Amino acid sequence: MVGLLAGLHLVLLFAGFFAPYDPTTQNRELPYAPPTRVHFKDRLGFHLRPFVYVWTSGPGGDRPDSYQGSYQEDRSNEYPVHFFVSGPSYRVLGIYETGMHLFGVAEPAKVLLFGTDGYGRDEWSRLLFGGQISVAAGITATFVALLAGSVLGIIAGYYGRWIDESLMGVTELFLSLPWLYFLLGVRAFLPLHLSTIRTFFLLTGVIGLIGWARPARLVRGVVLSSRNRNYVLAARGFGGSDFYLLRRHILPEAFGLLLTQAALLVPRYIAAEVTLSFFGLGVNEPVPSWGNMLSALQQYSVLISYGWLLAPACALVVTSVIYSSLADVFHSRLKSYST
Amino acid sequence: MNYLGRRLVRAILLLIGVSALCFLFTEMAPGSFFDEMRLNPQISPETIAALRSHYGLDQPLLVRYGRWMKSALHADLGYSIAYNTPVAPLLWSRAKNTLLLTTTALLLTWMISVPLGVWAANQRGGLLDKAVNLASSFLVSVPELVLAGALLAIAVRWRILRVGGMMSADYEGLSAWAKLQDVLLHLALPAFILVLSETAVIVRHVRASVLEVLGAPYVQAARGFGISRARLLFRHVLPVAANPAISLLGFSLAGLLSGSLLVEVVCGWPGLGPLILEATLSRDLYLVIGGIMFSALFMVGGNLVADIMLLAFDPRIRRESADAH
Repeated sequence: MVGLLAGLHLVLLFAGFFAPYDPTTQNRELPYAPPTRVHFKDRLGFHLRPFVYVWTSGPGGDRPDSYQGSYQEDRSNEYPVHFFVSGPSYRVLGIYETGMHLFGVAEPAKVLLFGTDGYGRDEWSRLLFGGQISVAAGITATFVALLAGSVLGIIAGYYGRWIDESLMGVTELFLSLPWLYFLLGVRAFLPLHLSTIRTFFLLTGVIGLIGWARPARLVRGVVLSSRNRNYVLAARGFGGSDFYLLRRHILPEAFGLLLTQAALLVPRYIAAEVTLSFFGLGVNEPVPSWGNMLSALQQYSVLISYGWLLAPACALVVTSVIYSSLADVFHSRLKSYST
Repeated sequence: MNYLGRRLVRAILLLIGVSALCFLFTEMAPGSFFDEMRLNPQISPETIAALRSHYGLDQPLLVRYGRWMKSALHADLGYSIAYNTPVAPLLWSRAKNTLLLTTTALLLTWMISVPLGVWAANQRGGLLDKAVNLASSFLVSVPELVLAGALLAIAVRWRILRVGGMMSADYEGLSAWAKLQDVLLHLALPAFILVLSETAVIVRHVRASVLEVLGAPYVQAARGFGISRARLLFRHVLPVAANPAISLLGFSLAGLLSGSLLVEVVCGWPGLGPLILEATLSRDLYLVIGGIMFSALFMVGGNLVADIMLLAFDPRIRRESADAH
């Protein structure tokens, strides 16, 4: 499980390396091209090095507006797949610029693992770069929610009395609202078109700030129960400051809880980002995110004709399943500690 | 004050809190509906200023909030800038559809998940229990957007149900019976998506709370007296396990309404969801606030129903409520 999790994040982190193309490059002659078939065998027999053929658009499918079934392989030339090739340049982690890719083929052939979208952009490359944004948004939003939640939860639990009561009243307000309505509402009051970076931080901020209530309540519970433990009282008797008590004795108790919450919240917030971008309220084209990639499927004809465009949805499910089983692991570990 | 009175006060405080929060956000927002107009050289700044004062947007926050509050008490939620009509009737015409969808989904969810949860708990570790567990834990981790998309794709691909909107194009010409049938066929897919994702959550809770009660000493005693399994489950265990389940009903409403927004947009069901989305995209201030207020109203109403049910089902709460006098 940890291996899968690490693998997923490594692939997304080094998206530029694993993706053969730039996610925004359009190929107007290849709209809705199906995934390239990778061959090992031709007339001469078996080859160790896989190769691909060029997609040529033949006569149209049954409907003029549909590209379904209109692509054919041009078998006259074989294009072997090369590894560690140089291609379009990208930045690793936003710093180091390079053109190294894991695999690629010579032009005019293209290796389109998951086909292309309506603009002929490579779906696989967009999936990786989009995942970078979507997953990073989920993680950042989780961080915001947990940070805000634990600060307010500590304040409420530790100082108690009217601060506690009013803060818990506010959490009740946040918890009882249908979050999606709320999210849309908050989004409505923010500018619609922004640069990607600003949209990203705005989105994560909004998602995180709406989600602070549950972690706050949980942290408050832990603080409340550990505040009057004997060792905390003893440390206070020895003259420990509030900050020291919190840092040394109380917060470590909340750590396991926060970890479990993080594993639960990350997939939920990835889904929140995807939903907003799907609605057109999040990351804008041409920058890919799993959400705006899926929004092409709002047309029924696209939804049922080009199955490979469901790739972001599958990636989202895989990510969610990995994270939620991680949450299960954390949760059962937390239980075994406390008993 | 008795139990229901306390709950009612809480509900009203909640509604006030939500509206205050909405207005706070509008104040913090950097843009407005008129920003696009401002870019148009043919519209003079004076016109925009006049429009702003016409809609009362030039007033300070507290004045606006006070005015809105006053009219909201008369069921007037302001004026939609984009649709150019009062917000309340517009929202109400859509809210009916959302209400139809969510109550259908809610009833079906509970009709399915209570027996299933009890059954799974009854044969703990059995085949059914394992199957329910596996299916629900998978469905819980599938995001609702994906679930909705996948089921929609299946329905469109194999032409199983009617998709898109709430009625067929020839709806007006149909007989009353055919009309009902048509709406039900359109309702089936969005309701099914909601039921599937909600059942996955609730069945686990029902199972857990039944299991907890099953371990109680009085149940073992009852078993010792030779009471039949079915009678034990439904007469002795379920009423006790109902309390956490009914409390859950209140909590699950928020999730149901959010899910409903999403499903409505994906399936084209003409509820509050698509309206709010449009309003968000066109920055139609009062429509957005009104939509949030409607969803909060549903929440609060549903919670009150859950509280009344709790009062009816759980004698412990009746006693507590009587003691308070």
